[in-house]
Amino acid sequence: MDFSQSGTRQTIITLGLLSGALILFTGAVGMIAAFHEREVVNDFITLGQLVLLITPLIFGYTAANRLGMTGEAPMVVLGGGVIIGLLTTLPTTIMLLFNSDEFRFLLDWSLRLAPFVVATAIGWRMRRQNAETVTVVGSWLLVAALLGIVTYSLALIFEVKGDLRSVLVNINRDWVDVVTFDNRRELLQGILVFSLASVLAGFLGSLCYYMPRIPRRALFYGLSVTLLVGAFGETVRLVLQENLERDTLNQLFRRDTLRQNAALGLLIVSTVVGYLWAAFGDRARHGFQNLGGQERRTTQMIGTALFVALLLMLPWLIGRTLSDVAVTIGLFVLMGLGLNIAIGLAGLLDLGYVTNYAVGAYILAVMTSIGPLGLMKGSFSFWMVIPIALLAAMFAGFIFAVPVLRMRGDYLAIATLGFGEIIGKLAISDWLKPLIGGAQGVQAIPKPIFLGTELKNPEQLYYIVLVACLITLFVSIRLNNSRTGRQWMAIREDEDVATAMGIDTARAKLLAFTLSAATGGVAGAIFAAKVGSVFPNSFTVFISINVLSLIIVGGIASNPGIVVGAVVLIGLPELLREFSDFRFLLYGALLIMMMINRPQGLIPTKIVSHEIRAGVKAKAAVGD
Amino acid sequence: MAEKPKRQQNKILVATGMTKRFSGLVAVDNLDFYIPEGSIASIIGPNGAGKTTFFNCITGFYQIDEGELIFDGNRIDGRSPDQITRSGIARTFQNIRLFNNMSAIENIMVGQEPHLKSTWLGSILGLPSTRREDDDTEERGRELLQFVGLEGKGDMISKNLSYGDQRRLEIGRALASKPKLILLDEPTAGMNPRETIETTGFIRRLRDELGITVVLIEHDMRVVMDISEHITVLDYGRKIAEGLPQEIQNNPDVIEAYLGRGAAASAGKNLAS
Repeated sequence: MDFSQSGTRQTIITLGLLSGALILFTGAVGMIAAFHEREVVNDFITLGQLVLLITPLIFGYTAANRLGMTGEAPMVVLGGGVIIGLLTTLPTTIMLLFNSDEFRFLLDWSLRLAPFVVATAIGWRMRRQNAETVTVVGSWLLVAALLGIVTYSLALIFEVKGDLRSVLVNINRDWVDVVTFDNRRELLQGILVFSLASVLAGFLGSLCYYMPRIPRRALFYGLSVTLLVGAFGETVRLVLQENLERDTLNQLFRRDTLRQNAALGLLIVSTVVGYLWAAFGDRARHGFQNLGGQERRTTQMIGTALFVALLLMLPWLIGRTLSDVAVTIGLFVLMGLGLNIAIGLAGLLDLGYVTNYAVGAYILAVMTSIGPLGLMKGSFSFWMVIPIALLAAMFAGFIFAVPVLRMRGDYLAIATLGFGEIIGKLAISDWLKPLIGGAQGVQAIPKPIFLGTELKNPEQLYYIVLVACLITLFVSIRLNNSRTGRQWMAIREDEDVATAMGIDTARAKLLAFTLSAATGGVAGAIFAAKVGSVFPNSFTVFISINVLSLIIVGGIASNPGIVVGAVVLIGLPELLREFSDFRFLLYGALLIMMMINRPQGLIPTKIVSHEIRAGVKAKAAVGD
Repeated sequence: MAEKPKRQQNKILVATGMTKRFSGLVAVDNLDFYIPEGSIASIIGPNGAGKTTFFNCITGFYQIDEGELIFDGNRIDGRSPDQITRSGIARTFQNIRLFNNMSAIENIMVGQEPHLKSTWLGSILGLPSTRREDDDTEERGRELLQFVGLEGKGDMISKNLSYGDQRRLEIGRALASKPKLILLDEPTAGMNPRETIETTGFIRRLRDELGITVVLIEHDMRVVMDISEHITVLDYGRKIAEGLPQEIQNNPDVIEAYLGRGAAASAGKNLAS
């Protein structure tokens, strides 16, 4: 093997250590141990173990891709995967040794020796760069002294406190159990098992690079589907419960986890389907594009009809618990579609969207409540108040837009953020307490009644949200392809030029804020009716941030993207309870990853993909 | 090329005593000038002479501090840029400023704003009048694309167009407002000689076929002398000369303004020849 090239060596070491740091970090914050609670495949693998193995696999594949691109030999690429697997275990192994009673002396010794080793290494380097002897000796003393103060104090703390656990609370037995694959008692054996598994994963990752494209994709689809079904076993079981016999279900699942043969079957089926899709999907898409206008429209109509039918039947298919999640997702889709008018179309970064949500919720609460704070003593129904909530939110949007019309970009964002905060404080203030109840909020909000039936279950409320979403979707599509939509886009692209084109930008921006606020009001009203009470602490800046994040993750200005974004950011955390502690950590990581690797979002707008196609076509036409 | 048709007798744009200051710096200084209707007029002057500021004052991007501006018989100073565009003045920018992520046809459709009447409610409800207007807007957009030589490229995102095409699209977008007067800020900047000749011919077509008065800021003296019928020379915000190309070429003040600043000798030759 020839690793002499410094670029190659650097790639492998960097990625390997990055992977190792990731594993150690997730362990140290407690994620690995928490995820270990959830089995993906019964008696086979847990989510925690999956994280341990998937990480070197992905990094091995990434490294293989980079090395392969620079034309390294297969031996180097595969060897790189092995080394990455090994490096992945390195930080965790060190931590394991430091943490165990037998090898505690290693920690003590390394803390005592580290200052001298580091100082010598630095001195050595300076010597090679021809520094004067006095400087080298001086630096040696300085580094050793400074570092010594830190490490010797650490050593002292450990001696007094007894072990690492007092400092890193999550480096505990549970964690050791997971990373040693249940070999806590024979630590060295555990480390060996972990290392072997990790090396194998890294190796397989780099091996994937040499697989032909289609089988690789097929395997990727198959594994993703199986692991997702496994990870969300509880949810999948809930869905199947509605449609399958109990006995069949028990053959597939043991409690909430996938049985091994069921997992194997699923893997085979989904890989085969993935293979067919990878092999013939392009041709099918191509065939669809070559269809005549009429046939194409028919196909699209059938597709849309099937999709709508699925949406209509959803509550029956997924049952009560998941319908509740679906309603929450729907409310965020509704707000996402609304905020998208301001952000996606008109480019107005509004961070105070929670304002509209709160206005809608409180209007509905005060108008329909049969409690002491109800203004109408129950004489107004849900359906009468929805338009009022909508208009009130639009009015609030209008009022808040007036002072910020002249602001742009960052300044606008900060100003709107301020409005969001003001609303939160107003809701909890003593001044409005007689009207909206301060911290106690408004209670006793009746459920909507439709044709004499009280819509009290999530399955029933789902339809209200669905209809609201569909109407909003329709309006936003119509606006997108209209004169108004083009005005907004022009303002988003270049406000000065938009003015020079004869657009009254102040008016167009007011309209964007006002219409965008409308759906926020409706979402708030439905939320209030669903929960049955309204409290000020439901309306925090996190609502605004959630809505903004789901738009960004899904793909700015993309309607399907908003739905996917809401499912990923709102739905998944609801379903994976283990995630809840790490929700914002994962949120942050996901957003950073998206911005680096896929800034256009999961499902970018047509215009973006269109643009790529058009660019390619034009280049082909020019011939360069 | 300097023959003067009769329609040039009317003055489409007249400024008297126009002044623009930026906290002490006088960018445009007590300027009196006029643009003959139906002409191709040029504004020239050394860098920093106030040419672009002058454009910005006319189009309402800057509000002038003193003087008055009369366009087509109406006072336009004090109006906002969108109102001025509606009254019949369109412009392009020195550094191309298209709506980058919109398609070429959408850029032109936005350009037609001053003549559109449909409302957002009409669009949501899909009223027949709104639909008709949308169709007409698109139809006229395609015609304009053809006029500026971009047929078949309407669905391309404008930032993917070539440089020359972007310049043409920007002019097309300005034309979409059906202006009486169009202001072109360095339309041949960054073009090779062949593209420059094409653009020169294209500017002539604007006047000859569409009857639009053209005012351009231009550094390429060959272009200026070739197509201008009226030249205004600015220096330090003041007008130092005005008249026909031959008069300007031989004007000692102009030669001094250019050469006195150490401009390239070749530019001087161009001016003098």
